[in-house]
Order: sequence, then C-alpha cells, then structure tokens
Amino acid sequence: MALNTMHAEAVAGVVDRVVARYRRDPSNMVQILREIQESCDWISPEAIDRLQSTLGVPRTKIEGVAGFYSFFYTEPRGRYRVLFSDNITDRMLGNRALMERLCNNLWVERGKVSEDGLVSVGKTACTGMCDQGPALLINNTAMAALTAERIDEIAELIRNKLPLSEWPAAFFKVEDNIRRADILLNADFKPGEALLAGRARAPDEGLMASNMRSWREGLPSGMGGPIAVLDEIKRAGLRGRGGAGFTTGMKWEACRNAQLKAGYQRIIVCNADEGEPGTFKDRVLLSTCADLVFEGMTVAAYAVGATKGFVYLRGEYRYLLDHLNAVLARRRREKLLGENILGIPGADFDIDIHVGAGAYICGEESALIESLEGKRGTPRNRPPFPVTNGYLDQPTIVNNVETFAAAAMIALKGGDWYAGIGTRHSTGTKILSVSGDCERPGIYEYPFGVSIRQVLADCGARDTQAVQVSGPSGICLAEAEFDRIIGFEDIPTSGAFTVFDKTRDMFEVARNYVHFFQHESCGFCTPCRVGTSLLKNLMNKLHYGAGSPYDFSEIEKLNQLLQSMSHCGLGHTACNPVLDTIAKFRPAYEKRMNQQDFTPAFDLDRALSAARQMTGRDDAAAHLANAHGGEA
Amino acid sequence: MSLTFTLDGKTIPFEDGQTIIQAAGKAGVFIPHLCYHPEFKPHGSCKLCTVKVNGRHTASCTMRAMPGMVVESDTEEINAERRALTQMLFVEGNHFCPSCEKSGNCQLQATAYHLGMMSPHYDHFFPNRPVDASHPEVLLDFNRCILCSLCVRASRDVDGKNVFALSGRGIKTHLIVNARSGQLGDTDFTLADKAAQVCPVGVILRKRQGFAVPIGERKYDKAPIAETVTEGK
Repeated sequence: MALNTMHAEAVAGVVDRVVARYRRDPSNMVQILREIQESCDWISPEAIDRLQSTLGVPRTKIEGVAGFYSFFYTEPRGRYRVLFSDNITDRMLGNRALMERLCNNLWVERGKVSEDGLVSVGKTACTGMCDQGPALLINNTAMAALTAERIDEIAELIRNKLPLSEWPAAFFKVEDNIRRADILLNADFKPGEALLAGRARAPDEGLMASNMRSWREGLPSGMGGPIAVLDEIKRAGLRGRGGAGFTTGMKWEACRNAQLKAGYQRIIVCNADEGEPGTFKDRVLLSTCADLVFEGMTVAAYAVGATKGFVYLRGEYRYLLDHLNAVLARRRREKLLGENILGIPGADFDIDIHVGAGAYICGEESALIESLEGKRGTPRNRPPFPVTNGYLDQPTIVNNVETFAAAAMIALKGGDWYAGIGTRHSTGTKILSVSGDCERPGIYEYPFGVSIRQVLADCGARDTQAVQVSGPSGICLAEAEFDRIIGFEDIPTSGAFTVFDKTRDMFEVARNYVHFFQHESCGFCTPCRVGTSLLKNLMNKLHYGAGSPYDFSEIEKLNQLLQSMSHCGLGHTACNPVLDTIAKFRPAYEKRMNQQDFTPAFDLDRALSAARQMTGRDDAAAHLANAHGGEA
Repeated sequence: MSLTFTLDGKTIPFEDGQTIIQAAGKAGVFIPHLCYHPEFKPHGSCKLCTVKVNGRHTASCTMRAMPGMVVESDTEEINAERRALTQMLFVEGNHFCPSCEKSGNCQLQATAYHLGMMSPHYDHFFPNRPVDASHPEVLLDFNRCILCSLCVRASRDVDGKNVFALSGRGIKTHLIVNARSGQLGDTDFTLADKAAQVCPVGVILRKRQGFAVPIGERKYDKAPIAETVTEGK
C-alpha cells in the first residue's frame, strides 16, 4: 500500500483543525497549506476539496498558491522528502557525490519518488548553511555538515521508517559559528531595555501622557517618546541591511505619516526570508539574538504607531520556529508584547511568525507582502509603495532582521553612539556570512569600512581567486579589487561573502548562479520568465563546449533586455554573475569557446542519453562521434 | 488648466488618474501591448507596453500619467526590445500561425508583424502542453498561452466565477481551470462568459467555428494592429 494514502476523513480532520486555528482566514493560505502538508506529507486533491469548502475560496486560488512555492507538493513526494542544498558552496564540498550516495543507498532516482512511495531525493537552492555544508532539508528540517557516514545513517533510518522526531538530535545540530562579534552579536542588552530607553527619551514636560496617546491614536505629530525614537534612528544614519540600503528613518517616517483609513492599522514586517545564496547571518541573529530583533520591531512599532507585526521566516529556517515562538511567548509574559506593553495604556503590539515555502522572490518586499496575504509571491506594481499601501492595503514597514537588531541598539544607546561606528556614509556594523574556500567560515560582524583583504585574512583564506559579495545578485571581485571596502559608498551588501580560491572554475560558479535565478524567477513578467531560461540554456551550451563568440553577444543582449524590461530586481540582476565573471575571469569562458562560428546547442549524442539509459547500453556503438568534443 | 505630457514629441492630454497607455489610446496613439485591456485592471506582466519615462523604462499600462512627463515609445531602441520580448513569447510556447484558427485575429501575431519580427531568433522550448477539449463548446489550446491573465481577470472580476488562474512558477507558470479534474468541461464556464471573449491569442477557441472567416479577411488582415487597437474599441 502506498504510504501516502490517508483516508479522506483523516485529511478532512487535519484541514478542519488547521483552518480553525487560522480563524478561517484565507489570508493565512500559505501557513494553512504548510501545516496541512506537515501533517499529510502532501497537499492532496482531497485536502484541496476540503479547503475549498471550509475556507470558501475557489479551487483555482488554492492550486495557484500551492503551485507557486517549491516546498508545496500537489503530488505525493514520499513520507521522507530529502532536498540537498545546491549552492555553489555545497557543490564545492561535494554535495553531488553525497546525493548520489543517498540515491544509490535507497534505490531511488534523483528527483523521483521511490517505488514504494517512501522517499524522494532532490535538490533545492541554498539552504543557508554554507558555513557548515553540505546541507540538506528533510521534510523541511535542516541538516548540516553532512558526511558519507551520516548519509548512510540517514538512509538506514529512512529504510527503517523511523519517524523524524525519533532521529538523533545531533543530526539536526546547527552551529552558530560566530567568529567576530561586535555591537549586535555581542550586544550589551537585556530584553525591555531598549523600549524603556526609547520611552525615556521623551521630553519631561507634560509629555508622559502623550507617550500613551501617541501610540493609541496612530501618532499625531509632535508627540514625545515616539518622535524622540525616530529622531535617534535618523541621527544614527541607519540604512536597510537587506542590500538596497534605503534610509530606515525615512521609511519609518513615511509609514507613520501615511493616512490611516478607518479600521486599518500600521504593520511592521521583519524580512527573514534570507534567500540570497551564501547568506546566513539572519539565521544566526534569530537563533542567538531573537530578543534583540523582536525588540527592534517593537521599537519600530512604538515609533510609527503600529499594532501588528510579522516575521516572514524562510521555509528553510522552519527548524527555528519553536524557538522563536518560545521567545515571543516569554516576551508576552514579561509585558514586552501584547496589550499595554510596559504598562503603557494602549501600547498594543504583537508579532506573528509566517513561514515561507521555498521562494527566493518572497525576499522582495512587495512579493513578501503578497505571500503574507496568502497569495502567490509575485512582486507588485509600484507605486504605491508598502509604506502607504502594504499588508492588506495598510501602511507597512518591511525591514531586514539585522536592521531591527540595529534599531533596538540605537533606541538603547542613541543615534550619536551608533553614528560614531563605521564610516561617514555607512554607520554602524555589518554582519557578513563568510563561506567557501577559507579555514574559518562563519559569521563576522565588522564596523562598516572593513576591506575585503581584511576579511579574507581574518577568515583564513589562501590563494584567493575571487570573492562573490552579496551572492549572485551582487558583485564578483577579483584580486585587484581586494582593497575595496564594505560600505554603501563602495560595496553595499546584504552580507554574503563567498570565497573562491585559485582551483575554482569561475565559469561554473556563474553557471550555478544562473541556474539559481532561472529556478527562482517568479514567472510574472516575460523578460525574466523567458530570459532567465534562455540564459541558462546559453550557459549550458558553453558548458557543453558548443559556445562561440555569437553566444557571448547573445548573453550581452539578454542582459540589456533583462535590465531594462524586467519587473523587479531579480530580473535586473540575473545577468550580473555572468557579466562580472566574463569581465574579470574571461579565460574561464575562452576555454569553453571551442567554436569560432555559431554552433547549435542541440547535440544529437547527448539527446540519445535517455535512450542509452533505457536500454542499459553505454558501449561505443551506442554513441555518435561527439561533434563538440565536450563532456556528455 | 488641462493636464498634458509628451509622447514621442506629441502633446497628450490626460485626466488625473489615467495611465500613460490609457491617455495615449484616447489620443489615438498606439502603444504595443498584450496583457493590457482597457476594460480590466492592468496587470503589467507582458512588458510589451514598456516606454521610457524621463529616460527610465516603465510599463505604460501601470504608470500613471503625470504633468510634463517626457515619454518615448516608438523608438528604434524600445521597439527592438519589444521585438525581443515578442520573440521570447513565440519560443516559450508552441505557436504555429499557419495552422492556427486565430491567425489574422491574433494579437501576438499582429504585434509581431507590427514590430517587424522576421524570425523567432531564440531556440524554441517546445513545451509539452496538452489541449483540453472536454468542454462541449470551447477548446483550450494551452500551446499558445502567453500568461497575460486576461481570462483570469475576466472570469474573476466580470463573470464572478474564477474559472481560470495561473499556477506554477517561473518558466513552469501555466493556466489552470477551476475543477478537481483540471478539465474545463467540469467547470461552470460558458460561451457567454466575458472570459470566453478576451483571449488575445488562440487558447480559448469556440468549437465548430473553425475558419468561418477565411484567412485574408480577418481583423488584422484588413488593418494592422496599430490602426485597430485604441482605447475603447
């Protein structure tokens, strides 16, 4: 009997329970689907039937959402669903061989479900464990530091059908690997202090009352505490840590000044959808400094008069959910969340955690909001911007995890203190996620202005050929550029810092990143949907040895088109890794440019590989002479 | 005082709240488009209507007109970009104009002619997209779907039925219908639905109507798309 068959009544029971917990609110669709899958292993037609009737939404909407997210399955994928992280760093650490080993161990073909319906093995984008790869997700739970022995143990447990909850806890151990801590990771902070300090900044004279009023009334101007907090954020010169670097004070002020319609509230969203390959700092901030992050969100709520908060946690970090919910529960007990926070009447703010489901695009703030509303995560048309028309059309602030942590410290210690750290244009510190070819991968927090060379020295990198800063959408630096600095005036970054030594093939690095963008394109706009696929095909064509100067100019043209016509940043940056590596590591491409004239990408011998597999033949007579001379 | 902006040097009047493409249409100026339809909320996904506003690319169906804007549309550069997008749409699906019932009435084909597209340029993807002939009156040929979502919007916003939706992601994005079987015949879709009238290409086809109007006498055979598609027509 297939293991995926649950009785329709049992499925209906699960659906009813989950839907009731989410108050029959379709804007929780992503969370509802996630929990149904956690109980039923997949989202079956029976589950959708029941959802349709209990939520009262059309089937098309449910299937549209379920079909968008990589981690939702509308077909059975087994009781154990293994996804190997396939970032370039995982590849450098040998993830392919481990995946092969697990597949062989379990008699399952990559990407397929085993014949007994027990297990499937596939790959997924970077899971945020680059400092301790190779990594995988099993039923959306993270496992890191994989070895051949561990793979064999995993196979054994799967074959014995042992429930995941009974697996050794050590298998799921994730290290923090904090190598350099500064004002955030070493914060001198006790929960509640930043809020108290922010409130205490209100001028004394007769404004205590306004502290209460301002929160309750959605902040008319001229009110004590909140104004003072916002002033400190501005004085600190804080800029967003997600990569774009928008001035935080301006964003908060715009949200605060946005007209509030009757029945609406202001919303604070913490963007923990850390999907950029090579980034894992938010994972560590949330596991070690969750209080600081939540307090920063509460400070923001205080400053702008928001009453509702969300953390959008990437699906790969599902394993952090219980920990984060426990911290939230403790903060509620300590009167740091909920109603009348710190005893201030009307000071109401609470935080819910939404877990994503495998969609990089949801790190884009408007796509994130769509996802929070239970929809497909496609970026919105802008304007209007989230600060005026965000979550359910309400004024919304979306900030990075690290931005909120910094905001809490600014509320506590003041803007001048913060502005004294870093450089003139980039105040404060930046947390870097260092991985790749170095002795000490992990988390490094530096004051802004640190040079690439310094980071390389600190992490024990040798014979470094290149550093990819900010992941695929960022910049690839060659040796001549290692004296450049991290900061908005030179190299702005969300924090990924991936090191490649001289043994690495930079073409393969770029090809891995191009595959990533193709997989993560949301499909909304033509240029990105089709263009990223065309680009992937071109890179594969070079890989197979059929590349010619013609293909180079095609890549160049595609880049221009994606930059000018795409709907959002994903399309705008999808060609960056290729252009950077062509400019700086051209020999890696020249080596593959075997053809002087245009050569078709189609290779008859390669196309016959399916036939060879089916017939079990691989002898010389089963091959054509390979016209390109490339690897098949 | 009346509000105006300039489009390729021509002064275009507009009313507050109008988008660039709406104002241009009213003034009789054609901007190529596929997912835009004057009767529906703009979607902004096909990007064919992209123009340059004060030097920056933006979709004219979602960008509101502002006084004094300088808009470029019918330039060699922008038309080349639009042509490339059209080619992308051609290779993404399976479009065989000579055998398509919509030929001559197809906005994609007419737009390709308008932009002077002479070949698909890119390698074809040849996706596998089975047709759905389950409905007694209507055939769905997904091979030609360009994901404009006009049928989605028409069914949801006008018919109140939600017969269509987009599912999947990225290059796997596809149209689905509102039935557990996935078949149009199991939905409440009818020929009278607005959604049956809006497909700009040849996905939603009326059965038993094939080639009732001979090729050569069809909409865009008589006049190129730039002369037929303006606001409200």
